[in-house]
Amino acid sequence: MRVKHFLRALLAVTWKDLAVEWRSREVISAMLVFSLLVIFIFNFALELDAQARASVTSGVLWVTLVFAGTLGLNRSMATEKDRGCLDGLLLAPVDRTAIFFGKVLSNLAFMLLVAVIVLPVYSLLYNTNLFIGGLLLVVLLGSVGYVVVGTLLAAMAVQARTRDILLPILLFPVILPLLVSAVRASSSILQGLPFDEYSAHLNLMLVYDVVFTAVSFMVFDAVVEE
Amino acid sequence: MIEVHRLVKRFGHKTVLRNLDLQVAQGEFVALLGPNGAGKTTLLRIMASLSRPTLGNVSIGGYSLPDQAASVRQRLGVVSHLPLLYGDLSAEENLRFYGRLYDIPAIEQRVNVVLEMVGLTGRRKDLVRTFSRGMQQRLAIGRAVLHDPQVMLLDEPHTGLDQDACEMLDTVLKQVAVEGRTVVMTSHDLARVAALAGRFDVLSRGVICASVRSSELPRDGLLAFYRKALEQPCA
Repeated sequence: MRVKHFLRALLAVTWKDLAVEWRSREVISAMLVFSLLVIFIFNFALELDAQARASVTSGVLWVTLVFAGTLGLNRSMATEKDRGCLDGLLLAPVDRTAIFFGKVLSNLAFMLLVAVIVLPVYSLLYNTNLFIGGLLLVVLLGSVGYVVVGTLLAAMAVQARTRDILLPILLFPVILPLLVSAVRASSSILQGLPFDEYSAHLNLMLVYDVVFTAVSFMVFDAVVEE
Repeated sequence: MIEVHRLVKRFGHKTVLRNLDLQVAQGEFVALLGPNGAGKTTLLRIMASLSRPTLGNVSIGGYSLPDQAASVRQRLGVVSHLPLLYGDLSAEENLRFYGRLYDIPAIEQRVNVVLEMVGLTGRRKDLVRTFSRGMQQRLAIGRAVLHDPQVMLLDEPHTGLDQDACEMLDTVLKQVAVEGRTVVMTSHDLARVAALAGRFDVLSRGVICASVRSSELPRDGLLAFYRKALEQPCA
């Protein structure tokens, strides 16, 4: 019964975020415009030959996703705080981790939607095929870890007046191991290296995702309480 | 119903509540009065399980905070000066969403009853951001009573409302109280709370320094009582 209530609350939070976003389009539009601008700027700023392109593509791709993701995470939590809705959520007699994972699911949906739009545009502009199974797996693993940590830290930063600045300052050092692994794994895949060359990076990303999901599960209640 | 014993709340070096004691019986409507910074909102946030006490005990309906917070939240409805509603959801979508969080059975029927109670049935499909401040506050009360709580905590619910909206809100609040709920409300508007509450507690510098029942007050005597309470030294 408790599990059923937990899942129902989790899905209710996700549904609410998606419905609000469907009507306001605040988060997605900000993330998308930012991502496309970054891709265009890099495209025109770096005149790359084929070999150079293969080596910088993964870096540019992850910088784009991570910065756009920060915009989305900030906006997603600010919406809760501005009208007192975060208190409304915390007042519900439900395990607060249901609220956390509900927010994680919706933030992940926004992040993946941006990736789905960014990847083909990127492929076209940089004349590089990004639709490779391995690379899509790296994007998924990287997005999961990023969104889990980002949602937790956004819940912490949203209490502060300087939340827009605070989130990237808190988030980027913590996601560094994930980001480095994601960039290296992506680069190896784009260069057509064998699986053994980048499997360690995939393992690290997987472990990062599991560890930080568990940590977030344990500390979210304390993070949101005054 | 509500027992607060020697409650202390500190934010860093600043002590907001100092060994505060408060008892509220079942069905009682208590107005917490006091100047800005007296600690009213802090006290309400602790009772609502949104903030942890530094020291002291708080129990609501026999459940202590913060250990049995989920049981307390099940019995608690909270209204603040912010609506706690999503502007991009309609009135019924907001209530349905909170209904799912509270695991309310037969949610559609309950949503209908609550919308009827706060007089918003005709606007049920409209987005909340198109509502006036008064309508949003009525819907906020609807959200707070959706799970039929035994205790209502109201933190300056009249803030930002015009005269008509205040009167409409008072009608809804009276209905909430008539249904036998225990209500604790903070307010600066003495004239308005005088008509609603059965007991008035004055909070100053983190302690309750005076308390009186409405039956003990002379007609229009609340302002004089309030001023006298603030002038006297608190323990």
